[in-house]
Amino acid sequence: MALPDPNAVSWYEATARQRLSAFLDAGTFVEFLGPAERRMSPHLPLFDLPRAFDDGIVTGRGTLDGKPVLIAAQEGRFMGGAFGEVHGGKLVGLLRAALDVKPDAVLILLDTGGVRLQEANAGETAIAETMRAIVDARAAGVPVIGLIGGRSGCYGGGGLIAGTCSRLAVSESGRISVSGPEVIETNKGAEEFDSRDRALVWRTMGGKHRRLIGGADAYVDDSVSAFRAAALDLIGHAPAFDLATLDAEQARLESRLVRFGDCRDATEIWARLGVNDPDAIPSMTTAAFAETVAGVTEASHDAR
Amino acid sequence: MTLAEILASLFPDGHSVVVENGLVTGGGSLDGHPLHVVGIDGTTPLGVDEALTLSAAVLEAIRAGDRAPILVAIDSDSQRMSRRDELLGLNECLAHLAKSLLLANHSGHPTIGLIYGHSAAGAFIATALATRVLAALPGAHPSVMDLPSVARVTKLPLDKLEDMAKSTPVFAPGLDNMVATGAVHVVLDPGKPLDGQIRNLIGNLPQGDHRDRLGRERGGRPAAQDVAARVAEQARGA
Repeated sequence: MALPDPNAVSWYEATARQRLSAFLDAGTFVEFLGPAERRMSPHLPLFDLPRAFDDGIVTGRGTLDGKPVLIAAQEGRFMGGAFGEVHGGKLVGLLRAALDVKPDAVLILLDTGGVRLQEANAGETAIAETMRAIVDARAAGVPVIGLIGGRSGCYGGGGLIAGTCSRLAVSESGRISVSGPEVIETNKGAEEFDSRDRALVWRTMGGKHRRLIGGADAYVDDSVSAFRAAALDLIGHAPAFDLATLDAEQARLESRLVRFGDCRDATEIWARLGVNDPDAIPSMTTAAFAETVAGVTEASHDAR
Repeated sequence: MTLAEILASLFPDGHSVVVENGLVTGGGSLDGHPLHVVGIDGTTPLGVDEALTLSAAVLEAIRAGDRAPILVAIDSDSQRMSRRDELLGLNECLAHLAKSLLLANHSGHPTIGLIYGHSAAGAFIATALATRVLAALPGAHPSVMDLPSVARVTKLPLDKLEDMAKSTPVFAPGLDNMVATGAVHVVLDPGKPLDGQIRNLIGNLPQGDHRDRLGRERGGRPAAQDVAARVAEQARGA
């Protein structure tokens, strides 16, 4: 079977398994607790819902340009990539092993709506365990890199996991947020957030906004090869997990609230960041956007 | 118990804890040693501003270098659901608060969560669930999402969900269910002084993260520990 051309594979359109096989060095992926082992959700049958042999996440090892990495990819097409008990346990186990394996990095291909409500308590606890395990890996010197550009975005507890990673790469589709548009609208009304206004969703939570304000460290085209190049670069520039980093992050985030706390829309923030034509940002090509980002001091930092 | 009752029971000789806009900061003395307190009171939502106020207090405690324990007292709403909070990077601010608490633990400060009221979703993850050990008081009611919202998202009738909630701890709100999943380590006895009970917790801190083991033993999370162990074992293999 011919391997897919990573330049041609859209990250957004690909399944988790297609992303992994095109992302890693050809033929190097070894899966842990794969579908043959049938570790499915013990809870979904109670809700008469179909199960997946991998519970919507693929975990394993491989190499990236020869570097050994541990890797997990969420499948946004199964239950919105949400964290259930088995799904979460697989990610937690992978991260815990990083302390012994000492890979060059742990890569998490996030594609999730957050907690799977049918297994809410297990999913919520697994997210907390994941964050603790990420911090343990980082403190031991293993970079943890998040890659976000899938159908389900990165919502709920997934957003908190993203903020715990050493570095993040996003594409335009890579929405990062805690409360999703529908959740805000349901709880606070359409005047607060009109979830059908897709342009508003992209401006508020999308990859370009996150990159401009420093919420992500790389902005890439929607291709597997672009994510691969970004991941390789980010592995080499991961901040330490220590008091100096968190003090710097505290200062960075406090300064953001002081400068932009009264803004109603992302375009106001982009204007204050020094972007000449904020209204042009959403339609900008990746190359033009990269030039814009290079002129924004706040976008690039070691404070995460 | 109310926050005032908790503080009185914890610090019979007085304390410096203050509550401002629902945010709790300060400390007191436990057996002659300092105990830092941070938290959320009055079912206050946790937004970007609140998260950074609390993380600043945690980082200040770490900077003091005294390795004193930090008590995280929680009666919160969920994360603040608003356009402004998401625009300003709520995910970064909540993660930053959780990381500050996890760094405190790494730096030798025992972190003890105490949930005495409500908490939910992202607010619960960023505070109580980011501590080394989480205790609860009877009457606490943590949840991920309330059942009517679960009904809306899962498109299941509410009465069916209420029925299922009686026998299935994995999705239903409430303290007993969070105990069963292992997220809550222990439920304290409000009839006894809290200082001794917190002192016991600090003296017997679990090494590592045992929440999945507790979840298996208590039946609320039957699979997680084995799944994590199997993946880790295969990852450690050649």
